[in-house]
Amino acid sequence: MARLIDWQLGTLTAVRDETPTVRSFTLSLPAWEGHRPGQHVDLRLTAEDGYSVERSYSIASEPERGAEIDLTVERIPDGEVSPFLHDVVMTGDRIEVRGPIGGYFVWEAALGGPLLLVAGGSGVVPLMAMLRHRYRMSNGTPARLLFSSRSYEEIIYRDELDEMARHGDGLEVIHTLTRSQPPGWTGYARRIDEPMLAQLLESLAQPRVYACGPTALVENVANALVRLGIQPDRIRTERFGPTGS
Amino acid sequence: MTDRFVTRGFVGRRVAPGEADLRSRIAPGQYITRDFPVLSAGPTPRTPLDRWSLGIEGLVAQPVSWTWDEFLALPSREWTVDISCVTKWTKLDMRWRGVSVDTLLEHVELQPSAAFVVAWSDGGYTTNLPLPDVLNGQAFVAYEYDGKPLAPEHGGPARLVVPNRYFWKSAKWVRGLRILDHDEPGFWESLGYHNRGDQWREERYSGD
Amino acid sequence: MPADEPMDTIDEQMLDGNAVGGMLIGLFGVEMTHVPGRCANCHKVSMVGALKAYTRGPGVVLRCPWCGQVVMRLVHRGDEVLVDMRGAMLLRFPAPG
Repeated sequence: MARLIDWQLGTLTAVRDETPTVRSFTLSLPAWEGHRPGQHVDLRLTAEDGYSVERSYSIASEPERGAEIDLTVERIPDGEVSPFLHDVVMTGDRIEVRGPIGGYFVWEAALGGPLLLVAGGSGVVPLMAMLRHRYRMSNGTPARLLFSSRSYEEIIYRDELDEMARHGDGLEVIHTLTRSQPPGWTGYARRIDEPMLAQLLESLAQPRVYACGPTALVENVANALVRLGIQPDRIRTERFGPTGS
Repeated sequence: MTDRFVTRGFVGRRVAPGEADLRSRIAPGQYITRDFPVLSAGPTPRTPLDRWSLGIEGLVAQPVSWTWDEFLALPSREWTVDISCVTKWTKLDMRWRGVSVDTLLEHVELQPSAAFVVAWSDGGYTTNLPLPDVLNGQAFVAYEYDGKPLAPEHGGPARLVVPNRYFWKSAKWVRGLRILDHDEPGFWESLGYHNRGDQWREERYSGD
Repeated sequence: MPADEPMDTIDEQMLDGNAVGGMLIGLFGVEMTHVPGRCANCHKVSMVGALKAYTRGPGVVLRCPWCGQVVMRLVHRGDEVLVDMRGAMLLRFPAPG
């Protein structure tokens, strides 16, 4: 059903640090009508002289949270918006929000699986909404998350993902650390490539794939999966543009 | 401008021109940038140089075309110009090397009805200009920026540069100039942008 | 895109139709990213969310992921948005209401 989606005011009610450079923001939205895991919102910031910028952020939280959403934002040092969100915004502030947006990059329990989720850095955010939804619904769809991060300290949602995986409901989380690894690390230690994806596909029969992250990573993953025999229409992608934008 | 909610504490990343003399170099509504933003309507074309050519056709007695080596052998010079993009950034003192469009046109005989130019590029991009706007040192085909070969993402191997017009008129990956007797709106001009695009008169959109 | 070509800034900035979802909702009043559309050039069908989006420039250009031709262009000028959809020969919307 079509519904008109317009700008509304959200109030920042909570802030939480995920990593040294990544922070989650909880926005309370009285006019919120709900969302589907994977969708995003647009934020609009307006200066006093009318200059304004808009940015899209994936919703990190599951729809079961009601009239509030979480956004998880990486602080890009010379960015225009993320330093503002990290350094200036305080709880109680109001921000213009439009959404939810996106019917293409969406997964709900009813769609089934199995699921292969591939994330690069902050590309994990919309996939986290899917996993949190899956967890809340006590849905046992087999799911494998391949998550590329620069280092152990920079793994977003690290502890929460650990806990979900230990729940034993069919979720596996596989990390690859591309720049540095902690002592004793036995996991993947390189950029996602075709052999890695081939291993991840083992015993996953024709999965639904969702890949999200920097454009370069998403392009490589999608192309490799097609070469490995996954049907293109089983692969949904969301590109975040260049790293550091 | 309708009532807009103002976000507490938001200023945005803008470098406001300080000195009075600098201000006079900045066209209305523009902000100075220190970097060189990359903007595009499509993927970077990658024509190998041995298949590249630049041509002039249309209302000329005889069309002419240069291979890459022939183009580089043409007289060229350095140009230091200010550039304004319709997306509001202005970059001062950009250093280019290129061949003046005057030099290119010396090799053709324009027909009397010649009045407009369409520059066309690899990848399908086009932009239109009145012929007088590209004469008398006002336009050149650049193959170097800042002392180095022009990078593909900035339009290399060669792009048109028309400093007195918004930068969308400076067609990246240019491959030819078509001379016409009528104006033919190009890629952005056919979707609401100005046929002339003079940044000093703030001619951003058609009807400005 | 060939596997051996390094990606440049333009490739990296490329997004998908999801990225302009908000703009399209504002225009068409409906969620467009899962609307299937047929490319007027190669006739293959893709969802709007899967189109390749070039958003840094005077306007937004959405290209067919199969043949690369322009499917849709949008320009926001002042208080209007101009939309050129000649590259889409058919769009299938769910019936409203």
